[in-house]
Amino acid sequence: MSLTTAHSVVAPSSNAKLIAGTIIIAYALISIVPLLWIFATSFKTPPDSIAYPPKIVFQPSIEGYCNLFTTRTRQTPEYINSLGPATGFCDETVRKRNMVIAGPSNFLPRFVNSLIIAFGSTFCAVFLGTLSAYGFSRFKVPLADDLLFFILSTRFMPPIAVAIPIYLMYRELGLSDTALGMILLYTAVNVSLAVWLLKGFIDEIPREYEEAAMIDGYTRLQAFWRTVLPQATTGIAATAIFCLIFAWNEYAFAALLTSGTAQTAPPFIPTIIGEGGQDWPAVAAGTTIFLVPILVFTILLRKQLLRGITFGAVRK
Amino acid sequence: MAEIRVQNLRKAFGAFVAVQDSNFVVEDGEFFVMLGPSGCGKTTTLRMIAGLELPTGGKILLGGEDVTMRRARERDIAFVFQLFALYPHMNVRKNIGFPLLAQGMPSAEIRSRVEETAKLLRIDHLLDKSVSGLAGGDRQRVALGRAIVRRPKCFLMDEPLGTLDTEFRDLMVHELRELHNRIHATTVYVTHDQMEAMSMADKIAVMNHGVIEQFGTPREIYDRPATMFVADFIGSPPMNFLKFGGGLAKGAKEIVVQGAKVAVPEVREDIAPADMALGIRPEHIRFDDESKLRGAIYGTEYLGTTQIVAVETADGIIKARVPAGIHLSPGEQVGLTLSSARLSLFEKGSGRAVRTAMHDQAAEARHG
Repeated sequence: MSLTTAHSVVAPSSNAKLIAGTIIIAYALISIVPLLWIFATSFKTPPDSIAYPPKIVFQPSIEGYCNLFTTRTRQTPEYINSLGPATGFCDETVRKRNMVIAGPSNFLPRFVNSLIIAFGSTFCAVFLGTLSAYGFSRFKVPLADDLLFFILSTRFMPPIAVAIPIYLMYRELGLSDTALGMILLYTAVNVSLAVWLLKGFIDEIPREYEEAAMIDGYTRLQAFWRTVLPQATTGIAATAIFCLIFAWNEYAFAALLTSGTAQTAPPFIPTIIGEGGQDWPAVAAGTTIFLVPILVFTILLRKQLLRGITFGAVRK
Repeated sequence: MAEIRVQNLRKAFGAFVAVQDSNFVVEDGEFFVMLGPSGCGKTTTLRMIAGLELPTGGKILLGGEDVTMRRARERDIAFVFQLFALYPHMNVRKNIGFPLLAQGMPSAEIRSRVEETAKLLRIDHLLDKSVSGLAGGDRQRVALGRAIVRRPKCFLMDEPLGTLDTEFRDLMVHELRELHNRIHATTVYVTHDQMEAMSMADKIAVMNHGVIEQFGTPREIYDRPATMFVADFIGSPPMNFLKFGGGLAKGAKEIVVQGAKVAVPEVREDIAPADMALGIRPEHIRFDDESKLRGAIYGTEYLGTTQIVAVETADGIIKARVPAGIHLSPGEQVGLTLSSARLSLFEKGSGRAVRTAMHDQAAEARHG
């Protein structure tokens, strides 16, 4: 009789764990290198950023950030010398390149536009999506299946396919280059995703919770607010992240429909390249700052995402 | 507290009729159990009383008030769900206080009412715990607490012990009945478990296919089943049936089953010739070698004080409950004697029980 060691059929073996770990780490590294490169470039000087071979070790500088937030004009050294002492770090950095700061750049207002439009449309999509999903989940909606299919069908083609009709409509309606127009557009694109995702989550929440609340003296809306919503937070968080990522990163519509007051950061950042030579550190700085909100939002909601849907007070 | 009166209640889902013209009255303070197999319409009836479903027809009166079309929250009732429906995002205290919050009660009063209720159910030490960590029996108590804290007109319970372990279940059966004895709340309790029904109920309605087959006390239902369905559903093992043919005349006191004469309670109505069935509870069968009604031992089930003996007769297997002391071996021929006064007669076609002297005695007993 040979000796056999007991092993679990379910738990992965240590070899499998090792292989899985290696693959995950390799994948994570490959994914993170471009981000690290952008982050590093944002702290390089313009000559360092285009140096060949690329510099891994360099003297960090915030010139990119200075250039990102300002517009500058080239001046003669005589003129610069005639000016008083530099008023700040950026001023000093810029003068070394024979330039003076002429004023703030458009990056900050564009970034604020992005925040307003992305978070505004995410809120609208999740709000409408939650209510519709609850309706579809709990009530007998006539033609519910057809309606759900119709809602999904809006995702069958890339949204940009309808860019031209939307462009014409928006021009007629006066929605071109307005934050409201962009919020409506992103909401319309995201609401289908929100309805489908949230319907799945709400279907999982037993009806007994609302029924118990309604018997205990609450209206349906109160029951929804106090019993369904708290349990749907996981789903709402997941949906919100998806909606926000789309609205935040959307480029094509933003490039087409916004040009001035309502322009978002994605179409703005490439325009930096053209201003006074290829200013890669400024572009990288813009991109780095652009990444921050979505990163913070995802990290904040990560806990919600990881939490279970119900905690087992209902036994299935 | 109030009485519940259900009149011609009917519920159809499309072509499927879930509840058919139900009529019953649950008197004030009564513990009423709706018993039946799954899909018999008992839960639907309960949900209609609660206001979670609207009836297709009929009326529901709570304390004399017609609430048929009223919203659940306007009925002043409490409901205990099979899955408890405790809110996982609230602790025990908040769960129990939730119905009071809806009434806009001041928080100090909610606090004292919740604590009082928790004490009654002996869960006051759990008040600040999360509901997700509770054991099944404690969850059940919290769900009960949420129901009784508001002192509603009546309690509705939908198989509240269905998900508990057997051990807890027996305990909760006692606790529920004890609680009812203390607070005398009108209760409608739905279950498919006859032991729960028999041990807790003041009155039972046995339902099948949306129809109430019999409404009565546990004793009436066990001793004098109104239909073959009830006879078969109640009792473990259920009532035995032996078929016999021919009609019955008013005043008959004897029938012939498998060639043996069997004395039965005096028949009180004329029955045209048809297929009939004689119903015998297992405990009303004794072994008697003299008897002409014979069978062979098929197998035995030892239960400690008694044993269930399966006997193969010319009309299939019947089960007898006899003292555990009797030694029997498979294949052995035995004669069967039936306790005449406790026998039921049924029309096989309709399943209806034939009226006999047994029913008169019941009527007499009820009237004094």
